[in-house]
Amino acid sequence: MYSHDVLVLGAGLAGMRAALEAAKTGANVAMLSKVYPVRSHSNAAQGGINAALTDRGDDWTDHAYDTVKGSDFLGDQDAIEVMCREAGQELINLEHMGVIFNRDEEGHLGTRAFGGQRKARTFFVADITGQAILHVMFEQILKYNVRVYDEWYATTLIMDGNRCGGVVAMEMRTGDIHAIQAKATILATGGSGRVFEPSTNALICSGDGMSLAYRAGAPLMDMEMVQYHPTTLKGSGVLLTEGARGEGAYLINTKGERFMEKYAPNMMELASRDVVSRAETIEINEGNDIDGCVLLDCRHLGTAKIMERLSYIHEISLDLVGVDITKDPVPIRPGVHYQMGGIKTDIDGRCWDPNGAWKGVEGLFAAGETACVSVHGGNRLGANSLLDTVIFGRRSAIGAMDYASQNSHLNFSENDWVNGEKAKLQGFLDNDASGDLVAKLRMDMAVAMDKGLGVYRTEDGMQEALQAVQGMRERFKKVVVQDKGKSFNTNLIFALELGCMLDCAETIAIGGIERKESRGAHSRTDYDKRDDENWMKHILLRQGDGGEVTKEYMPIVVTQWQPEERKY
Amino acid sequence: MQANVSVRRFNPDEEDPKSYDQEYQVEVDENFTVLDTLIKVREEIDGSLALRCSCRASICGSCAIRVNGHAVLACKTRVSEHLSEDGSFRVEPAGNQPVIKDLVVDMNPFWDKLRAVEPYMQPSMPEPEAEYLAPNDVMLHLVDVMGCIMCGACVSDCTVLEIDKNFLGPAALAKAYRFVADTRDVEDDKRLKMYNEYGGMWDCTRCGECVTVCPKGVAPMERIMALREKAIEAKIPTGSYDGAAYGYRHSLVFEDIVSHNGRLDETKLVIKTLGMFNLPKLIGLIPVAMNAAFRRKMPPLLHPAIPGVGQVRRIASRINAIKKEAAK
Repeated sequence: MYSHDVLVLGAGLAGMRAALEAAKTGANVAMLSKVYPVRSHSNAAQGGINAALTDRGDDWTDHAYDTVKGSDFLGDQDAIEVMCREAGQELINLEHMGVIFNRDEEGHLGTRAFGGQRKARTFFVADITGQAILHVMFEQILKYNVRVYDEWYATTLIMDGNRCGGVVAMEMRTGDIHAIQAKATILATGGSGRVFEPSTNALICSGDGMSLAYRAGAPLMDMEMVQYHPTTLKGSGVLLTEGARGEGAYLINTKGERFMEKYAPNMMELASRDVVSRAETIEINEGNDIDGCVLLDCRHLGTAKIMERLSYIHEISLDLVGVDITKDPVPIRPGVHYQMGGIKTDIDGRCWDPNGAWKGVEGLFAAGETACVSVHGGNRLGANSLLDTVIFGRRSAIGAMDYASQNSHLNFSENDWVNGEKAKLQGFLDNDASGDLVAKLRMDMAVAMDKGLGVYRTEDGMQEALQAVQGMRERFKKVVVQDKGKSFNTNLIFALELGCMLDCAETIAIGGIERKESRGAHSRTDYDKRDDENWMKHILLRQGDGGEVTKEYMPIVVTQWQPEERKY
Repeated sequence: MQANVSVRRFNPDEEDPKSYDQEYQVEVDENFTVLDTLIKVREEIDGSLALRCSCRASICGSCAIRVNGHAVLACKTRVSEHLSEDGSFRVEPAGNQPVIKDLVVDMNPFWDKLRAVEPYMQPSMPEPEAEYLAPNDVMLHLVDVMGCIMCGACVSDCTVLEIDKNFLGPAALAKAYRFVADTRDVEDDKRLKMYNEYGGMWDCTRCGECVTVCPKGVAPMERIMALREKAIEAKIPTGSYDGAAYGYRHSLVFEDIVSHNGRLDETKLVIKTLGMFNLPKLIGLIPVAMNAAFRRKMPPLLHPAIPGVGQVRRIASRINAIKKEAAK
């Protein structure tokens, strides 16, 4: 049987950073990913990565305050402090690994402004920062010869009681099912954006890790906090970076007004994302739109700046909607972008361990978008996601190695787990042709979620979405997998992903219904105010043995910033 | 509008697997990409069609395939620009890589070659406390090379790889260039020697296909040429691979002949590059010459200078003067 001390699922930035940290110490570590590492969705982060560098006269506590305020005071301040304090050193680590970064005139790292922050502390590589960092991290993975299970799909966590001892996974090329034993397992599987349509997220972002953990008994926290990014392209919903506004681009409506004047007179276009997305939605609902879109206007930045710093969004605007952003404003609208919620972890990635008691799943760790530490709370600041991945990727590896050094492998029967999984998969293949196609079911779910859990939400709308999703669970049992073959059966993989997305969709809707206030990205027209008296707490959802969902609450950790009114 | 897409398919699960073409009719609109079309086939018509794709925005590099015979990123390619008069287009897996299933190819050789160029920064040690300093224009230049998304379109259509699997190929060599051009990497000498070996920078034939098909403007061939220039500047071409020495001499002789005659004398180019007295190599070329003659592709033996060659010579001497000036 394959066996490792530390097994990392997912090979985006969080996963690779974790694997790298473990590999550097000589640990027996491996990564498993359903795509080649450089295909991971960290690629799509465009604008940059935040860090307060003290030699630039910045202070990590300022960064932390901006993050706390951005989170609408739902973020845990101890975790935010850790992230912002370590940001500077980790940024320098990335540079030392070889990330190229734009520079200032003296050859030092250069910055750009980003939303929700009072200081320009976003370090960047044109508008391909995620790609530039991801590829350098992959270079390091090659340098340290980390074992990678390329194009393997994890289908279940191997559990004994409350303890995780590895995974069962399908080698996609052959279709063979294997068990992989691990003392510690790190989930770094990214977000769940495909639960919605449209979405900026890649087709692979199906919340697999959240679902794996949830089914194993781990709680998902604050799932209702889904970020709508203000500038996603008309049609496909592909992302156009906040960096455009960071460089000075305007948002305008059909009347040509810079409408953010009305909603955030100080920060204008650079207010936090939830605020800008709501403003756009109001403009669109009031009829100041073109085909459901407002406009991102980059023209005044000039061709030279656009081609140096925004060349990628220039490329995709031209490719996908035929707009040359140096000449014309481009139609955009708010679109689903990021899951602030996720697998509840502590600041060392553990799922999770308050003073020696594993209250989620023992031996399980999580980092990046799939985790909820929580540093983003109700609304993530732009350029904090890349930071989150590397900080908590690294920390989870240290936590996992520590756990692995003190614990032995879980004993289990490889055959039982492999055969059990084979039978489950065969069940899908045996479905007759009378059910729904995978894509049809996913689209129905995603449209229902978009309708019920959009930028503005109501009790009725969310209930309707929840009922629709729960109804789909029945249809899912009969879902049709047309490809009956073994090799590279993507059809079967999509069916499994859809199962994961349904878990995410259901918990998002339940969390949304439960939180009876408006905070961060969760805006309810029936409870339109933030309610600090009753809702300064996290919502944790667990799956019971019978599939029922149980709710728990946890207080928000406040260290030095008391809740205050949030204005931009 | 209706598009007929013909897809080259291959199912390894069959007893005696063979490639075959399958046609699908898909309703598409003006903005439809090839990827949109294939996803529609996969989702609505035939779930067994295998292809890799993820981001839909030309950044993840998953969906390099061939459309009408040339490598493209499916998500960056509009159907309307590739339809024949009868409304059809043809899709095949990327070339130069073994097919696993349908449009999915085995990229292991691709990653192996990447690994072979030591694709990670090797800076001066110890590391400084803060960042390594680097001029912004150098970094901006590298952004263009880092734009490579490892899709393998260049490898698919590389004409050298078609006949010589040992060639590192355009993507790996472009990556190699990224480190040589990075002022923070201090192993240029070691790297240039490494890339100077058989299968390295001198084995590119400059056909330009990789530049044409690269969806991200990385222009791998130009990076390979830049590597050659750096190797020549560093006086590297004396390694174990005689192709490297010949490659260097080839460029000098090429320049010499053109600046004297105003045109290329291919026979002379070969003889002078290999050396007049290098009899074993010259004899080894006889079958090539005979084959060329047989196919009427033998260059003429006499190459008179072009009319007005004096002007070409004046340009050449000006260039040499400028080069000398720059070298000072």
